[in-house]
Amino acid sequence: MYLAAVFLPLIGAIIAGVLAFAKHGAEDRGPGLDRAAQWVTSGAMLLAAVAAIFALMDIVSGGNTQAVEIFTWIDSGSLEFSWELRSDTLSIVMVTMVTVVSSMIHVYSIGYMGHDPGIPRFMGYLSLFTFFMLMLVSANNLVQLFFGWEGVGLASYLLIGFWYDRPAANAAAIKAFVVNRVGDFGFALGIFATFMLFDSVSFDTIFGLAGEKAGATMQVFGGEFHALTVICLLLFVGAMGKSAQLGLHTWLPDAMEGPTPVSALIHAATMVTAGVFMVARLSPLFEQSEIALNVVVIVGASTAIFAATIGCVQNDIKRVIAYSTMSQLGYMFFALGVSAYSAGMFHLITHAFFKALLFLGAGSVIHAMSDEQDMRKMGGLYKLIPVTYVLMWIGSLALAGIWPFAGFFSKDIVLEAAFAANTGVGQYAFWLGIVAAFLTAFYSWRLLIMTFHGTSRADEVTLAHVHESPKVMLIPLAVLALGAIFAGFALFTFFVGEAAPEFWGNSLFVLESHKALEDAHHVPLWVKFAPLVVGLAGILLAYVMYMFAPDLPKALASGFARTYRFVLNKWYFDELYDILFVRPAFVLGRGFWKSGDGDLIDGVGPDGIAAAVRDIARRAGAVQSGYLYHYAFAMLLGIAGLVTWFLVVGG
Amino acid sequence: MTNFPWLSVVTFLPLLGVFFILLIRGDVETVARNARSGALWTSLITFAVSLGLWINFDNSTADFQFVEKVEWMPGLGLTYHLGIDGISMFFIILATLLTVLCIAASWVSITERVKEFMIAFLVLETLMVGMFSSLDLILFYVFFEGVLIPMFIIIGVWGGPRRNYAAFKFFLFTLAGSVLMLLAILTMIFEAGTADMTVLLTHDFPLGLQPWLWLAFFASFAVKMPMWPVHTWLPDAHVEAPTAGSVILAGVLLKFGGYGFLRFSLPMFPIASADFTPLIFTLSVIAIIYTSLVALAQEDMKKLIAYSSVAHMGFVTMGAFAANIQAVEGAIVQMLSHGVVSAALFLIVGVVYDRIHSREIADYGGLVHRMPSYALVFMVFMLASVGLPGTSGFVGEFLVLTGTFQVNAWVALLAATGVILGAVYMLYLYRRVIFGQLTKESLAAIRDMNGREIAVFAPLLLIVFIMGIYPEPFLAVMHVSVENLIERYESALAAAQGAASVAAK
Repeated sequence: MYLAAVFLPLIGAIIAGVLAFAKHGAEDRGPGLDRAAQWVTSGAMLLAAVAAIFALMDIVSGGNTQAVEIFTWIDSGSLEFSWELRSDTLSIVMVTMVTVVSSMIHVYSIGYMGHDPGIPRFMGYLSLFTFFMLMLVSANNLVQLFFGWEGVGLASYLLIGFWYDRPAANAAAIKAFVVNRVGDFGFALGIFATFMLFDSVSFDTIFGLAGEKAGATMQVFGGEFHALTVICLLLFVGAMGKSAQLGLHTWLPDAMEGPTPVSALIHAATMVTAGVFMVARLSPLFEQSEIALNVVVIVGASTAIFAATIGCVQNDIKRVIAYSTMSQLGYMFFALGVSAYSAGMFHLITHAFFKALLFLGAGSVIHAMSDEQDMRKMGGLYKLIPVTYVLMWIGSLALAGIWPFAGFFSKDIVLEAAFAANTGVGQYAFWLGIVAAFLTAFYSWRLLIMTFHGTSRADEVTLAHVHESPKVMLIPLAVLALGAIFAGFALFTFFVGEAAPEFWGNSLFVLESHKALEDAHHVPLWVKFAPLVVGLAGILLAYVMYMFAPDLPKALASGFARTYRFVLNKWYFDELYDILFVRPAFVLGRGFWKSGDGDLIDGVGPDGIAAAVRDIARRAGAVQSGYLYHYAFAMLLGIAGLVTWFLVVGG
Repeated sequence: MTNFPWLSVVTFLPLLGVFFILLIRGDVETVARNARSGALWTSLITFAVSLGLWINFDNSTADFQFVEKVEWMPGLGLTYHLGIDGISMFFIILATLLTVLCIAASWVSITERVKEFMIAFLVLETLMVGMFSSLDLILFYVFFEGVLIPMFIIIGVWGGPRRNYAAFKFFLFTLAGSVLMLLAILTMIFEAGTADMTVLLTHDFPLGLQPWLWLAFFASFAVKMPMWPVHTWLPDAHVEAPTAGSVILAGVLLKFGGYGFLRFSLPMFPIASADFTPLIFTLSVIAIIYTSLVALAQEDMKKLIAYSSVAHMGFVTMGAFAANIQAVEGAIVQMLSHGVVSAALFLIVGVVYDRIHSREIADYGGLVHRMPSYALVFMVFMLASVGLPGTSGFVGEFLVLTGTFQVNAWVALLAATGVILGAVYMLYLYRRVIFGQLTKESLAAIRDMNGREIAVFAPLLLIVFIMGIYPEPFLAVMHVSVENLIERYESALAAAQGAASVAAK
């Protein structure tokens, strides 16, 4: 079952790849091949999802927890690890979520990408992406995790740059790959450090030894440091890159250049959640380092508020949702950082449903609007695309954390855990989280109102074409909507409630002294209600600003022009990085090449020597004047020299 | 089959082919055709025989295998002595494989002096295989330097417009290093009283002499590698060389230095190696970062790949001198992987060069529209070059960095930035050549790869994935030999330390 869930998507991807080439060779550029690719990949994904659900039921009922070893990967000295599928609750929950959401996205893509000339290629990339994600979450050692990690980076590069004619898409694709690589760089160093400490990279071994090594130090980077802190911080750099946390987030908004199902796949179910998963997976390591945990909390909380502020001023419908994803990932991280791993995972799962729903819903809007993404050119759509409208409401309610939608349960427990952690950083996360929750509700309803209400700001041609999406797109949306409504309610007991210890088994590890999650159930009443209240307040503010007093946003923007521009330009991160890294790299490269290689090394080395030889030859040539007395004079000089030498040495 | 002279056969089969090719008579067309097929068959058979080395290889011993020893000129102390171990074995197969592919890749692109070209290549093959299997210092030196001649001719005769400059630069750089090595070799023979490398490997050279010998060998290997700052011959040589020349140069000749470090410097001069490790680390890190940045600024595809080679070789030198199992095995895998990947990348440039006759990146763009198979093949090797897990490039870099981190974390950290930069310049190259709209008129009718070209890439693709996903068959061959090397190195260091502490007392 488990093997099928992981490898069916790969098989689908390979078949789709073959079909993509067959299509290029075919004369009629056959629609038959397109259909085949859609059926094969979607079918394989659906089967994988079914297999995953069976595997999940198996593990929940206390069954098979054996890892499935496939074959040895690398064996060099004491470094030895295999391709292996780990089978515990954490892995299988992720596998199930990934396959279910991905299969919905596959089906949706049949409709959304129906008119694209590159259908087999697109479907193949989607399946490939899913496969890498599955390898990531089912890894049983750090290196296989890294394989999936870089693999999703590659697949996202391919998908963001899917429309390879567009320069913006190509640039965004490279940016995504490279920024992710910066994170991977930290991850890789973390793996090396892990091997240094544990002499192994297999989860079973390192988790088993983590307690023993809790106080160990490590001689590294010219100093003596607490070993697990070093390891966890390095690994966390990787998580920051993949999950677009503050500093390494710049690729995520640009990734919106890809087709919308990609945005849903990357920003909801897979890829960006990898960082969260990684920290949860490595909970036995992170638990031993207070510093690392605090860093996770601070980065998470800061990202949550940072992204939320930007989300409030964006006008591209997909970018609003992208920033909201970043913000929500921040929530997940600070939950992990206060040792409430299961709360973070809970939010990850509910978020996967409602964020996929929101993205695909936005895709439905864009589809209806003939590829328009600017919300300033929308408005009044609710009558024209009512089903999408309702689905977007559901997604937004879940995102804003309104009872009884999924986000309510997970966001509540995350914030409660932060409060209950009873630490400085916990309070930091809690209060920023509350403010971010307010902003989240605000920008969600800003999006709803700008898109669906008021008078239409679209041109006539576009408006005439507005149509509700076909069933093949709406049905997956409905499935995801069910998740967005019920997932929180249904899963609460298992993930963070009474059944949690049994549900998670030993797949998550929390030190006895870390009681945040336990205490989260006993926080003061106002803490429990605060997220809901600020959520409602945010919605209210959005109504005031965008429905009842539409001039207010403009007045605010011009009143606080500097702040507005700062936030609108995403705090100038891109500009900063451009000045700090991108340009210097090109300048240095050119400088090293022309001055270093050309002038210095070649100039002094081969070319210099050659020039010197030529010079000497020319001078030597000048001596050969042809006049006899020149030669005679030279001979005399020589004789004089010789005689002197003999006299001096011999004498 | 133990008595079968495997190594001699693999070494000299190409010369037999040369003999037959020399006999070809007739008009230009016939000679060219027969020379091509003669060379192809010769190289194919040689490759097939060389696989016998792998099949019959015994993974459990660190001793040299397939040993052949014949007195050659006893008066001069010269011996014909061949043998291989887990370190050298794959390089021979790499050389025989790439020769086949080079001949196939030159099928239509070489139109003048075809016979001579094929002869040069087969002679080159003999010299390369001989180099990796020599166990006698003098014999080794003859092969090692002999390689220069056919390579010089290949660049100088079939090269591009600045071929003379490039050929001489190549020759002078490498020769300058080699002279010092010859002096060192003579010194070693006088000191140890033998040119037998199996004996020299266990001979303890005096502490005072080791640094000088080490430096002399270093001068030669560093140029061959090439290490920064003696790398500037490489971009010129690559740019001017015909495709097949670049392939062999990048694929096999660049491995001479790395092989030399592992065969000579580490085991024969362990104390000096340990003392000079900081120097190697520094140069390696500079090579990785510096040349990666330079690669970013290139406008010529071949130059870009040439610079990336220097960066990749930086990982090899770093790994070799980190001197632990992971790092050394990683260095060998990295060399093999680079041999395959950079060879493939030069072939990839060759494919479009054959069509458009330009290496300028700016002359391309949007090739994916007309050449999807090409785009896919290019993509795979690009990813292998940036070390994506699942490809051969990852295994080498990962092992090297893992091993180096244990020795010096800063060096590993700085080198790992090269992995980021590698992604930048390769993706940037790929984007400019393959993606975008196809607007240039010269490209409007460009054809995708044909069957012959796909056949050339197929084995390389296969190797990249096998080495990436299941490198076990490769690593298994190396284990014992590498362990033996490390043991020898460490015990020598320990002995020296013991002696020093005794002396201190």
